[in-house]
Amino acid sequence: MSLTRRDAMIMSGVAVAAGATGTEAESAPASTRPPPQADIRLTVNGQARRLQLDSRVSLLDALREHLHLTGSKKGCDHGQCGACTVTVNGRRINSCLSLAVMHDGDEIGTIEGLGRPGRLHPMQAAFIAHDGFQCGYCTPGQICSAVAMLEEIKDGIPSHVTEDLNDVRYSADEVRERMSGNICRCAAYPNIVAAIDDVHGGRA
Amino acid sequence: MKPFTYQRAATPAEAARVAAEMPGSRFIAGGTNLLDLMKLQIETPGHLVDVNHLGLDRIEPTAEGGLRIGAMVRNTDLAADKRVRRDYAVLSRALLSGASAQLRNKATTGGNLLQRTRCPYFYEPSKPCNKRVPGSGCAALGGFNRNLAVLGTSDKCIATHPSDMAVAMRVLDATVETVSPDGTTRSIPIADFHRLPGDTPHIETQLGRGELITGVMLPAPIGGLHVYRKVRDRASYAFAVVSIAAVVAPGRARLAYGGLAHKPWRVEAAEALVADGAAAVAKTAFAGARTTPENAFKLPLAQRLTASVLADGKV
Ligand SMILES: Cc1cc2nc3c(=O)[nH]c(=O)nc-3n(C[C@H](O)[C@H](O)[C@H](O)COP(=O)(O)OP(=O)(O)OC[C@H]3O[C@@H](n4cnc5c(N)ncnc54)[C@H](O)[C@@H]3O)c2cc1C
Ligand code: SF4
Ligand code: FES
Ligand code: FES
Repeated sequence: MSLTRRDAMIMSGVAVAAGATGTEAESAPASTRPPPQADIRLTVNGQARRLQLDSRVSLLDALREHLHLTGSKKGCDHGQCGACTVTVNGRRINSCLSLAVMHDGDEIGTIEGLGRPGRLHPMQAAFIAHDGFQCGYCTPGQICSAVAMLEEIKDGIPSHVTEDLNDVRYSADEVRERMSGNICRCAAYPNIVAAIDDVHGGRA
Repeated sequence: MKPFTYQRAATPAEAARVAAEMPGSRFIAGGTNLLDLMKLQIETPGHLVDVNHLGLDRIEPTAEGGLRIGAMVRNTDLAADKRVRRDYAVLSRALLSGASAQLRNKATTGGNLLQRTRCPYFYEPSKPCNKRVPGSGCAALGGFNRNLAVLGTSDKCIATHPSDMAVAMRVLDATVETVSPDGTTRSIPIADFHRLPGDTPHIETQLGRGELITGVMLPAPIGGLHVYRKVRDRASYAFAVVSIAAVVAPGRARLAYGGLAHKPWRVEAAEALVADGAAAVAKTAFAGARTTPENAFKLPLAQRLTASVLADGKV
């Protein structure tokens, strides 16, 4: 990741274009002359990655189709289901509703970075122990979301069900509200809450 | 999605200038509304100006004792800010009732104000919609309109503005601050910021071409009990059917409603009647309402929400 490059991009207002031909590029004003592809640097699960992408590519498609990290799932592609949840600079977001090019210079965390067979993240182990899934399609998003959600509670970020906005505490109600952005079509919800509860209580 | 060029702007003035110069430009902030609409080709910008790196991500005290919220402050950070939780709790509550945690982590103050309607026909390109295609007609008037507007509507459009945050900002008398392509700045009271649909439902705010929201100013705290109550079809992660933002204290109340109109709905003259009870308030606040058989329920619902917050505040 090169800060100088990023700063240069910001300062000169370098633009990128999808599918622009050479002639179009040459006729564009100098400050916005579009190269056909965006040059994007990401740090994904701690590893520096560099990509040449069409500016339309979502962060989710960059991860799945270009970096072959297929753990993050595409459920709706419209921010409605949470299957694509990843972290950007430590915070959970829907990677389907963000452009990869907007994340040049950012640190991305996916399910692949949390743990792997043999050394699972406690949240992964707890989901298995509690049967927190059936088909498993929503599960990577649920797990990434749950890990980030516990951090949000630790950081004192309130939720819709927090009674006193200035006194944020963990509870099953808080978990249900805070995880509402992750839909499970198999309705494994009770077991998901149980898994999260174990991790919170240090039992997983 | 249609192809577009992309650029990160360095300063607010540059962003505004580029947006005015490049045809078909749009600002992109969190992207949670714009990209959704671009995927459906309801929005088809030719150029995106990324406004995430303009240094507009701070919340600062003002000389008048209020707060200035940068346009790029995320919904999560605004709701969690200690000063907002303490002095403007209705705003924290409204934000926390909206969308999901993932979306709030991304959504910005400016983008939230400018999010577009959730009218089902706006999302359905096979149906006429004056907001999507000016002059094409309005499929909602004779269609499925249970969740559409009952106040300030026109024959051209009965859409609502879906933001929860904006309703709280209306009750707090916030001011929207902008910079224009020529570098001039101005402040727009939130009461005037969103427009009613009239004959031009595709024009939704007072913003000019290329005009960038730089921040939102909250006046000094006004005390009182802060309540945001949102009625929706499920308990979480759903838009409002009807909502109320209220700041209440014995003998006085400020009341703004969501889900009823093309903008947050507040009638100050109705607030003067709180001593006479919710029915008196509703009669004045909802005068001139035009309902359909499907959405007429919103008015009694809004009156009951009014009664509930007046009771909370022992008004
Ligand atoms: C599944 C789902 C559920 C949701 N539920 C709710 C809900 O219950 N309540 C609610 O209130 N909202 C809800 N939302 C909407 C969400 O709050 C908005 O999408 C979000 O606030 C938009 O902010 P953004 O920064 O992502 O905007 P963007 O998508 O980046 O931008 C939106 C618009 O604003 C313009 N814009 C952005 N910043 C500026 C600026 N500084 N100056 C000028 N123009 C600008 C853009 O050009 C664009 O036209 C939901 C969204 C989804 C997808
Ligand atoms: S109500 Fe407005 S947004 Fe909905 S179809 Fe009619 S014109 Fe379009
Ligand atoms: S795929 Fe992103 S929220 Fe559904
Ligand atoms: S396990 Fe099947 S969708 Fe959740």
